[in-house]
Amino acid sequence: MADTDHLGRPIVAVTGTGIITSLGQGQTENWRALTSGVSGIHRITRFPIGGLRTMIAGTVDFIPVAEPSAPAYAQRLAELVVEEALGESRIGRPGDFPGPLFMALPPVEMEWPQRRALAAAAAVNDGLSYADLIRAADGGHFEPWFERFLFGSVCEGLASRFGTKGSPIATSTACASGGTAIQLGVEAIRRGACEAALVVGTDASVNPESLIRFSLLSALSTRNDPPSAAARPFSKDRDGFVMAEGAGALVLESLAHARARGAVILGVVEGCGEAADGFHRTRSSPDGKPIIACMTRALADAGLRPDAVGPGGIGYVNAHGTGTPENDKMEWVGIAAVFGERALALPISSNKSMIGHTLTAAGTIEAIFTLYTMRFGLLPPTINYDIPDPALPIDCVPNTARPAKVSHAISNSFGFGGQNVCVVLGAEPS
Amino acid sequence: MIPMTPDRDALITGIGLISCLGEGEAAHLAALDAFAPVVDESSFAPYPVHPMTALALDTQIPKRGDQRQMEAWQRIGVYAAGLALDSAKAKGDTALLERMDMIVAAGGGERDYAVDAAILAALPKAADPDLYLNEHLMADIRPTLFLAQLSNLLAGNISIVHGVIGSSRTFMGEEASGADALHIACARIEAGQSEICLVGGSFNAQRPDAILHDAMGHALWRGRFAPVWSRLPAGGTILGSVGCFLVVESRAHARTRAVAPKARIAGIRTGRCGRAPGEAAANAARQVAALGGAAAASAVLSGACGTAGPTAEERSFLDGLGLPVRAVATALGNSVEASFPAAVALAAISVARGKLFPPLEAAEAACAGPPSGVFVTSWGIWRGEATALVVPAEESGRG
Repeated sequence: MADTDHLGRPIVAVTGTGIITSLGQGQTENWRALTSGVSGIHRITRFPIGGLRTMIAGTVDFIPVAEPSAPAYAQRLAELVVEEALGESRIGRPGDFPGPLFMALPPVEMEWPQRRALAAAAAVNDGLSYADLIRAADGGHFEPWFERFLFGSVCEGLASRFGTKGSPIATSTACASGGTAIQLGVEAIRRGACEAALVVGTDASVNPESLIRFSLLSALSTRNDPPSAAARPFSKDRDGFVMAEGAGALVLESLAHARARGAVILGVVEGCGEAADGFHRTRSSPDGKPIIACMTRALADAGLRPDAVGPGGIGYVNAHGTGTPENDKMEWVGIAAVFGERALALPISSNKSMIGHTLTAAGTIEAIFTLYTMRFGLLPPTINYDIPDPALPIDCVPNTARPAKVSHAISNSFGFGGQNVCVVLGAEPS
Repeated sequence: MIPMTPDRDALITGIGLISCLGEGEAAHLAALDAFAPVVDESSFAPYPVHPMTALALDTQIPKRGDQRQMEAWQRIGVYAAGLALDSAKAKGDTALLERMDMIVAAGGGERDYAVDAAILAALPKAADPDLYLNEHLMADIRPTLFLAQLSNLLAGNISIVHGVIGSSRTFMGEEASGADALHIACARIEAGQSEICLVGGSFNAQRPDAILHDAMGHALWRGRFAPVWSRLPAGGTILGSVGCFLVVESRAHARTRAVAPKARIAGIRTGRCGRAPGEAAANAARQVAALGGAAAASAVLSGACGTAGPTAEERSFLDGLGLPVRAVATALGNSVEASFPAAVALAAISVARGKLFPPLEAAEAACAGPPSGVFVTSWGIWRGEATALVVPAEESGRG
């Protein structure tokens, strides 16, 4: 078997994965729950939920973090999934990963506990302003927060801990970020800049203001009871996504490099495609053009024809499938346009029905689940599929996992702000 | 490695630059040739800032609705991106823009300062502060503010306003993200993974939350303006509002479009370290060596941000190179994500006209003759070291 693909580029193998979602920590626990149709969505306990329209989320509550904040959680989850992935891959030496770090990370900013502490330090009785906060900051000892809330701090922590090479890159393309991070790693290996790349997506942004921001955009499900029934992609009565947390890590490696060191090949990243949408800040083009373009480009990059069936074609779509009325409709329009008649028979399921929308991390987490799908021959279901939407004649693998042999699959990620990424994954080098 | 051919050279074919010095290449050269600092010392006293020049927003963001949907950092960026597309003769060329790549270096958006202040003032008196916070965030935040805050929505707005939709990536991480963005754009072009890319960033210094953040790190210069090297040994950074985008394009692609390149990016090296004394200088030394050593350039545009430790270490390192140096932040301020693209833009303009601008302070030496190449450095205020080498665009100049 060749080490290069249909365009003569190095084939990019996956030799390690690590995963945390609200379903649990690690590959085994996650895959068991995901294929058993278990929901990780629950009532929020991290902070008081009085006055909120949405009171549920897929928070990761079982990982303790000192001095919690979104970047602190994100960094800790990332550390744990990287450790799992490196343990599986057995690449490099502890603290010496032989390649760059590409990380999907949510935007970082100071949060309300810090603002409240600064306001308290300002000790102003009436008419508090930012000038008072600035004065308090200047006169106080808030240096740790200066570092913590720099955009570069999470990446720096990981790069320093795992000894990745070069400048670590943190990317944000909203809900497509995980796909973008994978694409950056694939491109770096293909152009010969490195033999291996560490790709991480992490997001732990469930705090009052982040939740409220999505709530104010009417993006979130308000079906608070029971929480496990809230995320219902492709159902007629879907009413929004459910915010969630998690992290995924992949060790990407040129196939030649992986083979030379005798690594176990877990799968292959066969292609990536991206397209931006200039239509609207939160809505996708009504013609589905960017969604179609990113899938078409990914298939072309992978050297796969959309109409190919059997072992040489796409056998499964890991949908973006957020459960918002708009996303699921447009995703089906896109898939139907790309795959034609085949789309009706193509299994298309949404992990988000169980883990919620892990936002920045979704692209990496769902790519990892797509690899497991092929590796273990089992399609994870779309749960809560109670009322089919007649507009979406989709085989969403309703409610129960289904055995299937899949050789090639795609994982879709579409972001607010119009950034769309599609990743094509293969079971093994062809 | 994929072999380099002249066809795969990464050329700068468009520059969009706005800052306190004005708008566009000519305005910046004129201001730098007769340098006088443009500083607002009062609005955020005791911290000076370099304010953005007045912008005729309608010229680059024609729809008022679009302008309203953005905060200042996004308007600055979208405006600069439009100038870059104009400069590269790409504006409105739908077929080209549909396949144009984009990498944006971005921080985050601005706060609603009045809402924050009102909530913070009321919280201590509230019977149930957590409930009060939830209720008032729900009621008082403008729903669309989120879209003015998200890091990737500068890129999103460029797609909407200018139609750049080939691809869209946003990198975060202060100064380093600007260098990473340009580095990845050039690497993709050199490897044939991209033909043309809009790359850059923007920063609004005139925002209280940015000042607040740096005040927590005691990173800001206080009092009257002073040029970068003159701030040592105390050190301190002066933030500056800047928008800078470049159109970077393969030589082969620029030739088919018949656009005149302004300069070539001969190489970019990026790295990080924990900033123990000497580590950043060692990174920079490796980068300069990889780019051909001191002989490869005749000047340095330094991104030194003014804070004591890194600025003193960089000064000492640059002294060792023996090249004339300009601290760009003296003129533009520290524009964080935009600083590296802006310094590369000034380097491109300088090699294109065959003359570096005069020293910005007594500690800087004159540069005799046309620069054969210009190193651009970026040492982040906290992390990240990068070096680019910008050379004349002519193919005959390839080393």
